[in-house]
Amino acid sequence: MDIELMISSFPKLLSATVITLKLLSVSLIFGLFIGLIFAILRLNKNIFINKFAYGYSYLFRGTPLLVQIFIIYFGLGQIEYLRSTFLWVVLKEPYWCAIIAFALNTGAYTSEILRSAFQTIKPGIIEAGKSLGISNKIIFYKIQIPIAIRQSLPAYGNEIILMMKGTSLASTVTLMDLTGVAKYIISTTFKPIEVFIVAGGIYLFMAFIIHNLIKLLERKYSFSE
Amino acid sequence: MELLSFGKTGWGDELFIATLMTVAVAITAMLIGFFFALLFTPLKLSKNKFLNFIANSYTTIIRGVPELLVIYLFFFGGTGAVMFVASIFGYNEYIEINAFITGAFAIGIISGAYSTEVFRGAIQSIDKGQFEASKVLGLNKFGQFFRIIFPQTLRLAIPNLSNVWQITLKDTSLISVTGLVEIMRQSYIAAGSTRDPLLFYSFAAVLYLMLTFLSMKLINRLETKYSRGY
Repeated sequence: MDIELMISSFPKLLSATVITLKLLSVSLIFGLFIGLIFAILRLNKNIFINKFAYGYSYLFRGTPLLVQIFIIYFGLGQIEYLRSTFLWVVLKEPYWCAIIAFALNTGAYTSEILRSAFQTIKPGIIEAGKSLGISNKIIFYKIQIPIAIRQSLPAYGNEIILMMKGTSLASTVTLMDLTGVAKYIISTTFKPIEVFIVAGGIYLFMAFIIHNLIKLLERKYSFSE
Repeated sequence: MELLSFGKTGWGDELFIATLMTVAVAITAMLIGFFFALLFTPLKLSKNKFLNFIANSYTTIIRGVPELLVIYLFFFGGTGAVMFVASIFGYNEYIEINAFITGAFAIGIISGAYSTEVFRGAIQSIDKGQFEASKVLGLNKFGQFFRIIFPQTLRLAIPNLSNVWQITLKDTSLISVTGLVEIMRQSYIAAGSTRDPLLFYSFAAVLYLMLTFLSMKLINRLETKYSRGY
């Protein structure tokens, strides 16, 4: 066991963690937004809108995240038309390609989580709102959404941890995130176990923090049942 | 479309073989995962705190650390570990382990952590009366478990195991970093030599969708088979 290597690689890995956290937070924000939109579309009674939203989530949940990143990073650059638009500014950066892939991926999972949360809301609650003369819009924003958020917190916490693990794939498109730097150190020193312990420890610590934050939120938002 | 045809001019046959490779790795990994689940589920359910701790560390570490990092550990560390064990027995030549075995083992350990959680949950949700009844019937421990408890566990576990299978199937794409020629790796090679990444990666996505769709159909049939009595 090479303790010296573990100590010397720790600051490098820690500074790479910043990139991992950036990737995670930005894609989660976009993903939550996408997820909410598609969850609402899934609840729409129009069969085409409904099927479209289902197709989106099926497509992104049925294929590996790695394929999605590769299609966006290597594939989209091939389309001549895209190169001439302003989108190219974003798509030539591996950082943004990774974020787009992560956001679309987590958006698909989030939409499923939110959809099932909306569907488990008891009809009585909505009826109660209606009989009090509250408009549909306010029922949706002030009653349905807060309840759905509370319902979906545990599942969404799992999704955040899955996404944190997913950001490691950014290293396959040349980004030096925590896994990217860990791989670099492993391939130069040939000490996989030491590096795995340090990098894995950082990931576990992040998972631990996320897990506890979600628990805190759950307690804050739970009603007296 | 010509690029996807079979024969010398197209990549169809290569991609077909790569798909079989993906399925083979996924099934092997799933079976290795079951083996780990068989080992760790009893530890999780055990009353001994120390055994509990071992099983909990396994599932927590695997579920909290990225799959890619685990694969790198096995890819770079596997050869070293095997050579170390061999050197104890006095064999000092260089040993190279097959990418298939390393890959299936790495994915298997990951899938095992998820399977362990599934089996633990399923066994815990079986009615206590069933355990007592199997004792009263005079079956030995082996018979109690395999003839009474296990078939019921299976029924409860299949829906969640199908999720584990989907995760395992998708995780196999990560082994492409070790050079094993499965769907992802073959698409990478084809995309590189034809300069048509959009076509090949999209086709890879279609292949994965087909695999997940077909396995869902199969699993649904299993599910109806095991819930006959309900």
